[in-house]
Amino acid sequence: MYCYDHYDQAIVDARVDEFRDQVKRRLAGELSEDQFKPLRLMNGLYLQLHAYMLRVAIPYGTLSSAQMRMLATIARKYDRDYGHFTTRQNIQYNWIKLSDAPDILADLASVEMHAIQTSGNCIRNISSDQFAGAAADEVTDPRPWAELLRQWSSFHPEFSYLPRKFKIAVIASEQDRAAMRLHDIGIRIIERDGTLGAQIYVGGGMGRTPMIAPLIKDFVPLDDLLSYIEACLRVYNRYGRRDNIYKARIKILIHELGADEFARQVEAEFAHVKTLDLDPPRAEFERIAAQFALPSLVPKALAAPNVASDYADPAFTQWLTQNTHPHKVPGHAIVTISLKPLGGIPGDASSSQIDVMADLAQRYSFDELRVTHTQNIVLPHVAASDLRAVYDALVAAGLASSNVDLISDIIACPGLDYCSLANARSIPVAQKIAARFADTARQRDLGELKLKISGCINACGHHHAGHIGILGVDRKGTENYQLSLGGSGAEDVSLAKITGPGFDEDGIVDAVTRVTDLYLEVRDPGERFLDTYRRVGMDPFKEVLYG
Amino acid sequence: MKLLTGNDLKSGAVTWWTGSGWSIHVADAADVGGAGEPILQSEEGARRVNAPYLIDAVATPDGPAPSHIKDRVRAVGPTVRRDLTLKPADTWAL
Repeated sequence: MYCYDHYDQAIVDARVDEFRDQVKRRLAGELSEDQFKPLRLMNGLYLQLHAYMLRVAIPYGTLSSAQMRMLATIARKYDRDYGHFTTRQNIQYNWIKLSDAPDILADLASVEMHAIQTSGNCIRNISSDQFAGAAADEVTDPRPWAELLRQWSSFHPEFSYLPRKFKIAVIASEQDRAAMRLHDIGIRIIERDGTLGAQIYVGGGMGRTPMIAPLIKDFVPLDDLLSYIEACLRVYNRYGRRDNIYKARIKILIHELGADEFARQVEAEFAHVKTLDLDPPRAEFERIAAQFALPSLVPKALAAPNVASDYADPAFTQWLTQNTHPHKVPGHAIVTISLKPLGGIPGDASSSQIDVMADLAQRYSFDELRVTHTQNIVLPHVAASDLRAVYDALVAAGLASSNVDLISDIIACPGLDYCSLANARSIPVAQKIAARFADTARQRDLGELKLKISGCINACGHHHAGHIGILGVDRKGTENYQLSLGGSGAEDVSLAKITGPGFDEDGIVDAVTRVTDLYLEVRDPGERFLDTYRRVGMDPFKEVLYG
Repeated sequence: MKLLTGNDLKSGAVTWWTGSGWSIHVADAADVGGAGEPILQSEEGARRVNAPYLIDAVATPDGPAPSHIKDRVRAVGPTVRRDLTLKPADTWAL
């Protein structure tokens, strides 16, 4: 994992001191809310329905055990004993007091964390593949490049006031576990003729105008990556619309210019940027990359758990099947801890659960954890012989739901229960759907089915990318839910289409049941829900929904 | 009826104008009728409460009930964490 150097620590500490003074002046009445609001947002402090909310950055979703423990400490000490892991691979605290915020930032800084650039029209936290560095299918670990982009984008003076917020994802696998093409810039590192380079996709995003990022450049040598991304940002910063917030994202610029023209302008800018010597010396990159070296895993036989009788435990076997993935080193596994227990709130974890996950990472996963955009937690490097012990500890902590990628592994934004932007509640709908499909055999029969719920058009719950997507809207003061089908944030990326008129809270649960029942009825062998939808189209689903 | 509401500067807690000050309990809220705007202006100037605004509400036997669901959620807390909803004796936000 990357460790702060003197410069990293100095700028984060300085920001804590600066914010402490700003808060002091606000509490003393020397600053108005209009003056203070942009300052607090620069430090990730929002004002939501019930209290201030602090969004803490978790770069590319990677955490150490010590950092995870600090997240638990903050939940216990300053909040209401829990945190909410988000679709941006971050964590949010919902009950923060303004007077505590500087102390929280100081505590975060003590473990090399902060909340900088988790709001505002700047380059936000860089996201990545939660299996990075462990995935059997990656060409390289994408995180050193994500870290390089983090350093480049932190306090970048030219890009601190972009037309709108800006999100970048970096992956290095064919399988897209980061919804890469639904970011403002998606970077896929590939290998061509023995050389690593990057495919650059620009102009994706969700929100009120969802778009899939087109390919702008087929292969950028990695030694040119920063310059090329700088050129993309410069073109956007120059021509992105600042007169209309709804048309300010880069996806709108690219839609209006056309991908080819945007790429041409980027090429012209890149020719200039390249003369500025922006890309770091290879030695500096190697210094960063060395900190992401794979732990010393000893390849082992694929004998998985150490006790043969473990396989007689169907619950454990189900967890192994659903919540573990192949590791690049034989005899090891990547463990996904589901934060989607039946009756729970997607992405929420209590301080004691966060501590348990930190302890497990320290003991069994070389001190590392990851946060996924699906609001789960990953232990990336677990020896197969330790899987039973990990599972038992998760069972004891209420963290052993065996439902990763199944219908109850629901992404849900905080919705109207917490968020000041929301029009409808997301969490109760997620809970009712999970309850409807509580039977694990039924979930397994349905197979991979990604259900995503947003409480407003801003789409923090990624409903556009759901195999089944649900959008909560306000219809004359009443919560109403639109159903959409056929989205995907993976390598087979697509945007979901609305089925028709919306439903009330109970009606949307019934609607999900009807579309899944139809799927079971008409699917071909081996087809996922998404495959069947793509084969048969929308009409049969409309028929069962609306008659 | 009309209520004046906002979020407390220090805690961020939802707060309601009582006629003479602010309370975290919607049951204490006063009907400001058509006189809300000058109170709002005055309280914005006092900088104790963030972004105060006027809402519609209806009188019920249990006290004022905001008309819009967003303000009803604000009044009691998240509907999915009953353990965190605001109780009459709660003082955490003060």
